[in-house]
Amino acid sequence: MLENFFYVFIGVGLVFDLFGCIGLVRLPDVYNRAQAATKCVTLGTCMILIGVAGIGFIGANWQMGLKAVICAAFVLLTSPVAAHAICRGAYISGVPLWTGSVEDAFADRAQVIRTQQTTEGSVQSEEAETT
Amino acid sequence: MKRLTCLVTVFVLWVGLFWSLDLVVLGAGVFFALLVSTYLSDVFPDRIYMILTPRRWVFFLLYLPYFFYYCLKANVDVALRVIHPDLPIRPGIVKVRTTLKSEMAKTFLANSITLTPGTLTVDIDGDDFYIHWINIYTDDPAKRTAEICGRFEPMLRRIFE
Repeated sequence: MLENFFYVFIGVGLVFDLFGCIGLVRLPDVYNRAQAATKCVTLGTCMILIGVAGIGFIGANWQMGLKAVICAAFVLLTSPVAAHAICRGAYISGVPLWTGSVEDAFADRAQVIRTQQTTEGSVQSEEAETT
Repeated sequence: MKRLTCLVTVFVLWVGLFWSLDLVVLGAGVFFALLVSTYLSDVFPDRIYMILTPRRWVFFLLYLPYFFYYCLKANVDVALRVIHPDLPIRPGIVKVRTTLKSEMAKTFLANSITLTPGTLTVDIDGDDFYIHWINIYTDDPAKRTAEICGRFEPMLRRIFE
């Protein structure tokens, strides 16, 4: 009985993963796609892993359960960070927002970061030349 | 001290993932724990002893279901937008301010924002968060801050500060 409950968990997780993939195809630009990919896929994957952990704990398979819980914690912690890194990198390297976007508060800050990076890069190359 | 806690944490996680006490596994675990703690102890949290306060744990355990509720809501919201034939989105990047001070709390706030309704943290600059928002519906900065940060700030302050 309880086992079926966790199978439902896995099924719902798969549905969320599917929505994430549809979003990846349908949404217009990198930033919106990252939204769909992180949110739906994180929750979907976590639900699958929690379902697996539950089935493991019911069957007294502690190894499987504990591993699945650790993996779920890691996915939950790392996937937002990855999305943040991808979006920041995309913006700084000049990927434009979708034309239907209504606001862009990051432009000035991104310009500052770009100039910082270029000056740092030139300083490093000068150092490399002198040594 | 920091390096030692980092080493022990990594080693315990390693043994937990392998789930065996073979000499080979333990040896490799010590090796990799040493490697990780040598190179990455800088980014390990500073005030790790805070983990010993039971009050923080209580709030953390309260925070988890609260967070999962909003996470679920976010997922349904984004999923509905994705499968809607007209794709009803109004995306853009907005800037909000947080009142949280410690680095750890800011990290968790940024992660929580990324996983909740239509928002994604693009960058943090001191107290300023740059958020990519999939559906901007208000121009009022106070309302925006309340919508994006306000939900999590009080609890995160109790957990991490």
